[in-house]
Amino acid sequence: MSTIEASPEVGHDEHGHDHDHPPFLAHHFDTPEQQFDSGKLGIWLFLVTEVLFFSGMFCAYAIFRALRPEVFEGCSQFLNTKLGAINTGVLLFSSLTMAWAVRCSQLEQHKGLVGTLAATLSCAMIFLGVKAIEYSHKFGMGLLPAGLFFYDPSNPHPTEHPPYLAYICAPFALALAGVLIWLVVSAVSGNKFQFAIAKPLSVVCLCFFVGVGLGTVLESGEESADHIDVHADPNGLATAPVMEQAEKTMAAEAAPAIAASGAMVAVDETVLKILAKDPANVGVVSSQNALEQQTAAAGTSTVTGDGEILGAITTTEVDVMTPTTAGVFFSIYYCMTGIHAIHILAGIGVLVWLLVRAVRQDFNRQYFGPVDYVGLYWHLVDLIWIYLFPLLYLIR
Amino acid sequence: MSAHAHSEDDHSADGHDFAHPMSVQTLLAVFFALTFLTVITVAQASFDFGAFEVATVMFIATVKAVLVMAFFMHMLADKPFNAIIFIGSFVFVGLFVMFTLGDSMMTSHSFEPRVEELAPAVAEPTITTVDGAP
Repeated sequence: MSTIEASPEVGHDEHGHDHDHPPFLAHHFDTPEQQFDSGKLGIWLFLVTEVLFFSGMFCAYAIFRALRPEVFEGCSQFLNTKLGAINTGVLLFSSLTMAWAVRCSQLEQHKGLVGTLAATLSCAMIFLGVKAIEYSHKFGMGLLPAGLFFYDPSNPHPTEHPPYLAYICAPFALALAGVLIWLVVSAVSGNKFQFAIAKPLSVVCLCFFVGVGLGTVLESGEESADHIDVHADPNGLATAPVMEQAEKTMAAEAAPAIAASGAMVAVDETVLKILAKDPANVGVVSSQNALEQQTAAAGTSTVTGDGEILGAITTTEVDVMTPTTAGVFFSIYYCMTGIHAIHILAGIGVLVWLLVRAVRQDFNRQYFGPVDYVGLYWHLVDLIWIYLFPLLYLIR
Repeated sequence: MSAHAHSEDDHSADGHDFAHPMSVQTLLAVFFALTFLTVITVAQASFDFGAFEVATVMFIATVKAVLVMAFFMHMLADKPFNAIIFIGSFVFVGLFVMFTLGDSMMTSHSFEPRVEELAPAVAEPTITTVDGAP
């Protein structure tokens, strides 16, 4: 309402201000409906750019999955389906509360709006808490993007690693402490408006740690289930622990062969053949192929020196969980889920802004645009997760 | 558009209400449908559909996406133009992914890191065995 000075119809505008332009209607719009429709077109265009932005990552996913389906299959076993499913449910519920918030703002149910927005924020925080457990668990195991990947099947849980979970939780703990202090200060000073904002926000911040707790419980449950799997099903249906076990056995069996001659290599080969009978052991099959090719190379040529054999091996394609191939999967995983998580954080930011305005009772049936627009953004973030979850977690 | 359509006291009386609140029943029904479809997605992962697996998963995800778009994003009640813009973006996503995938099929091996550039393969004990490297 501050730009009327420039208008030639200053007098008219100022006169009609109280009737024509309610405080929520921007000067350049004739009616609230026009304002709403313009904003809505804008947010839809923004969502289109978001879809195209994410499509780049989905495209990278499609290319590498088409190129290396077995790497995606193998690496997907390291993603905890239970945590992914819980997060999907949490995000779907937050979508429900967000859609409900739009309804509340349209019906001018101010208390309901604050409640549903706070519920949406809480779900977002639970989602991030569960994600923090997933990420820190994988960081600790060395399941990192290509280049940083150092996962070792013979030592999947190295004990000495930085406290990743503490690093991730620290900003949220600070936020919780800050909001709690604000809550106490506003309660003591009797500032009802600030108290009404700080109250739901402290619940929201607490919810991050609810998510962390939930994630911890489910992650530990999954671990013990994995170990039971190994004992109950020694043949293995492509479960990662079985692969680990097979490779451990191989390492143990192969150790003496380092010092020995071709005879030992032959023994090693029979062991490999037995292991390779299980189609799940992609790694073993490929290392067997590598061995055969290497033997063939050494057999046909008269050269028996180590240098030649080494050359033969390095030119052989190795279809296994090498840091590079597995790292590519985790690069894509961290990129897609990480950028999705950044979108959740951005969503939390705008939802907090909405919460403040909802406490101020800014919205009414002529002016609910901001709630609707944030809702559309939030549903898009949910939509992306709807595709991410099966594509990353549910590969069999 | 009457100039008084938006004065604070006569919202419901005027004929220019553009808010279309969605009924709680619809919201809850969509939510439970989405949850049900999520359960189905997780459950189907334990069966082996072979080559159809990706298609099944994508089909269920798309049904969920359509539910979210139609109801939670109010696309049914929205102006058709907005829906055209948004759904149009998926046409371009399809073109983008299809052409890039088709191209990568022809040149796929250049996407692979060359073997000699590989970091030492920690997950590959046989290599250390055979070539005698530490």
